[in-house]
Amino acid sequence: MAEPGQVQGSLRNRLAVTLIGGAALLALLLFFVVRSYAAQIAQQGQDSILTASVSSILDAAVLRDDQVEIDFPYAAFSMLTTPADDQVFYAIYRDGELLSGYADLPQQADRAAPKQFQTAQYDGKTVRISTAARTLLGADVRTRITVSVAQTQDALSETLNQISTNVASFGFGFFMLAVLLSFWVSSVTIAPLKRLTTSVTRRGPQDLRPLTKPVPSEMLPLVNSLNTLMRRLNQSLSQSEDFIAEAAHRVRTPLATVRSYAETTLQRVDKEENRQALRSMVRAIDESSRAAGQLLDHAMITFRADHLEHEDLDLGDLVQELVQRLTPVAEMKDIDLVLQIDRPVRLIGDAILLQNAIRNLIDNALKYSPSESVIEISVTASPHPQVAVRDQGAGFPSDEIADLAQRFSRGNNARGTIGSGLGLTIAQDVAAAHGGSLTLSNTAGGGACVIFSV
Amino acid sequence: MKFLLVEDNPDLAAAVCVRLQLDGHTIDHAGTISDAIAFSEIGDYDLILLDIMLPDGDGRSFLKQHRDQKRDTPVIVLTARSQVSDRISMLDLGADDYVTKPFDHEELQARCRAVLRRKAGAAQTVLQLADVTFNPVAGHVTVCGKAVSLRNRELRLLELLFNAPGQIFPKQKLVDRLFSYDEDVSANAIEVYIARLRKHLEGSALKITTLRGLGYRLDHG
Repeated sequence: MAEPGQVQGSLRNRLAVTLIGGAALLALLLFFVVRSYAAQIAQQGQDSILTASVSSILDAAVLRDDQVEIDFPYAAFSMLTTPADDQVFYAIYRDGELLSGYADLPQQADRAAPKQFQTAQYDGKTVRISTAARTLLGADVRTRITVSVAQTQDALSETLNQISTNVASFGFGFFMLAVLLSFWVSSVTIAPLKRLTTSVTRRGPQDLRPLTKPVPSEMLPLVNSLNTLMRRLNQSLSQSEDFIAEAAHRVRTPLATVRSYAETTLQRVDKEENRQALRSMVRAIDESSRAAGQLLDHAMITFRADHLEHEDLDLGDLVQELVQRLTPVAEMKDIDLVLQIDRPVRLIGDAILLQNAIRNLIDNALKYSPSESVIEISVTASPHPQVAVRDQGAGFPSDEIADLAQRFSRGNNARGTIGSGLGLTIAQDVAAAHGGSLTLSNTAGGGACVIFSV
Repeated sequence: MKFLLVEDNPDLAAAVCVRLQLDGHTIDHAGTISDAIAFSEIGDYDLILLDIMLPDGDGRSFLKQHRDQKRDTPVIVLTARSQVSDRISMLDLGADDYVTKPFDHEELQARCRAVLRRKAGAAQTVLQLADVTFNPVAGHVTVCGKAVSLRNRELRLLELLFNAPGQIFPKQKLVDRLFSYDEDVSANAIEVYIARLRKHLEGSALKITTLRGLGYRLDHG
């Protein structure tokens, strides 16, 4: 298990928070803009009605015999009727003197050029006042009439409240929608990264092919450097594999020469100490060549395990061929290989790997079996296709069974027998690559029993 | 038996030749594929031992040519590679068996015998000594005309003695020939096999004589 990397923040959360924050700001802005615009429109509406009311009163004013007469038009006040029963106030001045109306209605400071609209407090209420002036001309008189009409703003604020509520709920809905969208968007954005991670994680340890699935342009540099790294790793791996193969090849021919001469000489010399030296020589050669062979096989198997050939094969035929091949070796020790096949045992697998694994198991049994014993090899189809190899040797040391399949580990009773200890590891790796397992146990008679199932 | 050894490494070739001659076999050596083809066309070999990497090509091309010409001389491949895929392609091309270098000569001979046994109708030498006949390839032994069944080690022991009657074999030498080098056996282990062989030879003119401190000798007549 690799050391977990340091975590600093989360892209997904950062993206989601940014999006949600933005949406909240937008929603607030929308609320205030719409509300103030609505207020402005409503005020304009009230103002134009007030202006019309003031003008109609001014229009009705006439100067007769130096007296100002105003005949209030009915519409002047009726047009100000609202559903909220807003109150209406008025005041009419002639050259600064009150002619009619409420004297305490706030007046413009500058009577000469009054502002058209103002908002003021009157009688504890907020009112909107519209003021206009007109100059009346008589025979020799010139008089100025100022009319103010005020209206409370109950209807207006009611409308405004309604609009505010609507805008607020609209803004909130918009915000909630934006939150959902933010989560969705951040997930979608992160998805290619997750897919990349999964496809890298799912790979076997020896799968160093470049990643070819299309990725978003922002991830391309990452994928490219990943591919470069894998290519370099692959190169150095295959270089070292080639090197091992070549080295083994170069070493094996001279080793064969040395072994042949040693054997020949062994038959010619009589002195026991020379013979002993020659025997040690042969043993050393066998040990080194076997180790080299199994290292190579193991390298080949770990390589192949990720590119398993899926052939439809008969496990029985495969084992039978192996047994036939190993019979001459078994005969040299007068060991009988007894093969039982529960035909047919069809399975999908890699013939080369299976053959190598089972060969290692039978090789082991041959090595640890005494002369003139029997090795039983049975191939059965159910519940899983499996091969069991039982010998009549000393069996596995019971306290070491669990560790035995570990690479390079050899049992205590293996001293004096040539082997590199990779045999069981190879068999286990092959079984695992086929989704099976390797089970070690001892038979009732004390011999070793290895069950290889796929 | 008559062997053709196709091997380009002169040292290994010499070592194998010496070793096989020591067991009483005849052996010709070819260093290239063209030599090997020439030899195999003239000589009547019982077995061909073939190296794979040769200076003028791949041993597999020899194998293919050999099989295409319908020659049935068995071929045992000597390979330096240990990869299973290599072994399998060799057998597919018509090799009868293979051994991986460095090989055990006892194993090589066991394989030779096994291959020759499988070849039905192959001419097999039957050796005779007094009233005992011995076919080393088939492993058939008759004593006074009656077939006797011997196990592999007993057969190999008989073969050693049969090939050199009258010669003294020290115990340790016999052990070295019959047991593999990784078996931890004492020189006395051979006594069991000598005893068995004596029992098989009971009633015949062949006797295995014990020479105290020296070893064993096969006497006839």
